[in-house]
Amino acid sequence: MRIEADVNKCCGSGMCALTDPELFDQSEEDGTVLVLVSEPGPEHHAAAREAAALCPAGAITVHG
Amino acid sequence: MTGTITAALPTTRDNAFDPPAELGVLREERPLNRLQFPDGHVGWLVTNHELVREIMADRRFSSRSELHHSVITRADGKPVRRPAATPGMFIGMDAPDHTRYRKLLTGQFTVRRMNLLSARIEEIVQEHLKAMRANGTSGDLVQAFALPIPSLVICELLGVPYDERHGFQEDTATALRLETSADEAIAAFERIKDFIRDLVRRKRANPGDDMLSGLIASGEHLDDEEITGMGVLLLVAGHETTANMLGLGTLALLGNPDQLAALKADPSLVDNTVEELLRYLSIIQFGTTRTALEDVEIAGEVIKEGDTLSLSLAAANRDPQRFDHPDRLDVHRSANGHMSFGHGVHQCLGQQLARIEMRIAYSALFAEFPDLRLAVPADEVPLRTDMAIYGVHSLPVEWS
Ligand code: HEM
Repeated sequence: MRIEADVNKCCGSGMCALTDPELFDQSEEDGTVLVLVSEPGPEHHAAAREAAALCPAGAITVHG
Repeated sequence: MTGTITAALPTTRDNAFDPPAELGVLREERPLNRLQFPDGHVGWLVTNHELVREIMADRRFSSRSELHHSVITRADGKPVRRPAATPGMFIGMDAPDHTRYRKLLTGQFTVRRMNLLSARIEEIVQEHLKAMRANGTSGDLVQAFALPIPSLVICELLGVPYDERHGFQEDTATALRLETSADEAIAAFERIKDFIRDLVRRKRANPGDDMLSGLIASGEHLDDEEITGMGVLLLVAGHETTANMLGLGTLALLGNPDQLAALKADPSLVDNTVEELLRYLSIIQFGTTRTALEDVEIAGEVIKEGDTLSLSLAAANRDPQRFDHPDRLDVHRSANGHMSFGHGVHQCLGQQLARIEMRIAYSALFAEFPDLRLAVPADEVPLRTDMAIYGVHSLPVEWS
């Protein structure tokens, strides 16, 4: 699995960091998404998909 | 059933917790239906989860307040025709203005930043519980707990002196009360603005370690009107909402003793409980509003440029296509995907703060008063059916 995030779409709601803080954080400066682990292990796949689905701005895509 | 126009936004509730039953009928039969607005405009009422979510994510539907027809009527019967958002009031703007203001604040409201506030919020909550205890074995939970806690937290964040709160608390209530005439509501809002504008000037002269001072010092060269607008938005959005979730949420837990017992037995359920209460209660009871910037085809209908849409967050949150047994309060379910904070780029900026406040407040409340109970029959609790934000006006409780 590969996670991609588009900071230009991101609106800083924090849904991803709330859903899986091991995969996502937010920049100190403007709160936009930081992907901490772009190729997560299987135990994080469900959370990564959930974060993509919950993102209000459609900024997160999950491949594979 | 095409061609049927809903004559007015359904607002009559059968009980304290469920949204108006008519919304559920519409969701099943015509989730995207024509709605007559009080000023005569025929727009749309959207009642299922999928469409509410889709429309909130689609930038062809604008948040600009001057484009909206209002779904509610004020006491004087005058339909409210709102002017364009004043500087800093980014909830009523689209990109790029909205983006510019919001980006200045998102760094302050991250999950991490809000977690760092936990210790201070815990302290505030404990002080209020102690005061309740010192006052005896009964009291109004709204005045003693639900309203002061979020008010104090947002005041500290913004740098608003808490002893100056009475004016803005009263004016916020006045502005949100539907019985208030449009002119009075505007006047109340202007008073809150004057208060914040004066505070911004004081901060320019004498900066502190708070958000208003931070905005003044930011490299964006915001003028006083812009900072005032942002401050008013945060102050108003930041205290009434969480306050009503705490009041109404407590009533909901007391009214569902099996769910409350589950939470008390396993305090780690509190995060889940908070999400479920948000879903179940949908305190932004009349939903949010958008207006089409161009003709848009959606769900087999053509929404015309200029049509206003009223999006029912409450109906979306009770959609059986999205949540099993939606009318049941179930602290074990995953309520993720609820619409209570909205969706799209305007999704609530303060949601991570609201979550932390609610988690700490509910946990501490039931730990301190495990036998908390209503002091009046449930049907005598005064409900905020007359306010833009739903909740309880007061919540008489007792404990031993
Ligand atoms: C449980 C409590 C809360 C609920 C249910 C709630 C609900 C909402 C909803 C539904 C929206 C979206 C409006 C729209 O799309 O038109 C919103 C936006 C907003 N909320 Fe909240 N809110 C809560 C707490 C807070 C708090 C604590 C703050 C501030 C610290 C806050 C600040 C804001 C702001 C600034 C916006 C505008 C965001 C934008 O336009 O980009 N809210 N809120």
